[in-house]
Amino acid sequence: MSQSSPLAGVDRARLEQAYPGIFRPSPLKRMQTVAIIAALVGLFLFGMMWLGFSFEKLATGISRLGVIINLMFPPTPGHLLPLYLKGLAETLAIALLGTMLAAVIAFPLAFIAAKNVVAQRAIHFLSRRFLDTIRGVDTLIWALIFINVVGLGPFAGILAVAMSDIGSFGKLFSEAIETADTKPIDGVTSTGGSALHQIRFGIVPQVLPVILSQVLYYFESNTRSATVIGIVGAGGIGLYLSNEISQQNWDRVAFLIIMILITVAIIDWCSSRLRFAIIGRRAVV
Amino acid sequence: MTSHIYRLPDEQTAALLSHYGSAVAAKRRRALLFAVALAVCAALAAWGGEVDLRKFVEGLPRFWSYLYDILPKLRLSHFGADFAEWFWNWDGWLWLLAETLLVAYVGTFLGATIGFTLCFFASANLMKNAVARALVRRSLEFCRTVPEIVFALLFVYALGLGPIPGVLAIAIHTVGALGKQFAEVVENIDMNPVEGVRATGGSWVEQIRFAVIPQVLSNVVSYTLLRFEINVRGASVMGFVGAGGIGKELLGSIRQFYYSDVSAILLMIIASVVAIDLLTERLRHRLLGIEGRR
Repeated sequence: MSQSSPLAGVDRARLEQAYPGIFRPSPLKRMQTVAIIAALVGLFLFGMMWLGFSFEKLATGISRLGVIINLMFPPTPGHLLPLYLKGLAETLAIALLGTMLAAVIAFPLAFIAAKNVVAQRAIHFLSRRFLDTIRGVDTLIWALIFINVVGLGPFAGILAVAMSDIGSFGKLFSEAIETADTKPIDGVTSTGGSALHQIRFGIVPQVLPVILSQVLYYFESNTRSATVIGIVGAGGIGLYLSNEISQQNWDRVAFLIIMILITVAIIDWCSSRLRFAIIGRRAVV
Repeated sequence: MTSHIYRLPDEQTAALLSHYGSAVAAKRRRALLFAVALAVCAALAAWGGEVDLRKFVEGLPRFWSYLYDILPKLRLSHFGADFAEWFWNWDGWLWLLAETLLVAYVGTFLGATIGFTLCFFASANLMKNAVARALVRRSLEFCRTVPEIVFALLFVYALGLGPIPGVLAIAIHTVGALGKQFAEVVENIDMNPVEGVRATGGSWVEQIRFAVIPQVLSNVVSYTLLRFEINVRGASVMGFVGAGGIGKELLGSIRQFYYSDVSAILLMIIASVVAIDLLTERLRHRLLGIEGRR
């Protein structure tokens, strides 16, 4: 048996001496790994305790959840189906217009925030921090703020989605612009093109497909966030969802969730088809 | 050295030019068609979304005055006192902010652990059983598609108010999102090490431990860090539905027009999100950089 072993003819002692790291990883590195894992798990356990986690509560919660799920079947809209469909249409409208508005506003901003277009360190730094600040505020918070501006309704939702997307788009677009190939820009410069020509003919054709696919990707995810924006009163299907939950009409809740799932699946499918048509099978970063 | 420009005969140029012209025209037509379709969709959406520019223009001054109102009234002469008044409840808010971060952390940890376990069952190269694979993938999709706030609403009803429903909601959403990303990473690994471990008689778990995990670990950690940053933002609004964190305080101060509180809380949220954003970005670049050098 030992003769058929592939390591039979190898001098193990000599190998161990030549490559000590492979046979016996240094204890320091081992300790480091163990310490990191212990710290992560420790913080997790501490967090669970601090947040008041208890298995009893979880058990009663799960049994109540079981009751709720039982009551969800069969899902039914009652007589409210037209209202729900209107809410769903509003949700789609919020996602579409919010994404478009954000893209239109973020496009020029991204050129200002891109290092290779505006080579001013101060402007670069300030515009990036400005975009970070906008991005740090969740869509629901923007929705609450815009309700104060334009009142309750889907218009506030559109502005909220647009606002939080300006930050994300500004960052993503400017990164796309910064990674653009410089040779086309040099080419335009060598024929005497102005700065605007360089952008129009050197940069835009390179970044447009990437930007379009990112916009589509965000349209998908905005459909998802637009379904809940109604919880704070900014239009869409979320209003009905939170109403039915607070009135404990679980069969209607289940129907609404299924409606959301189907819509998101359809949008996903369409937009991934479109994305592949625009840029081919490339991952969106 | 002289350079020559060779000119094609006129009839050849004409053919090429007409071909070029028709190609450009076709592209223009397609772009125009796309623009028209988009415009029609936007118009329909504007109609359905009750877009009212008049309302917006009328409301816009209110937006600026709102921004002005939530800014604190700081005077240079009484800067210390004014600043203290602005952040009058800073210790209470700091605790709530810590709770928010913990909700995000615990949710991310739980979700990432479960998602990491499930991802091997969802990738085609490791899970040969198509039925089990489809089952895992569909459930991940479900976890990902239902918005976390909806889960939070349900859990608040079942478990009562408090941060635990928020943790569970974030964890479930994270399982769906990370499980999919992890599975994509696992599907792109080099299969030779796996075959090597199998050839020495390693079980399925040993194959994963010694051949798969070393290949995917840096990407897994990087995706998890990215998700943590997203979850911090998500945890900041969990309080809107009573699921813990600073969101409840923020909602209260916006609804009751405690103007300077709004800006103080927003500032704290933004500062922590930006700090975590910068920290995780640095960590991720280091991780992926080490991976690139290997």
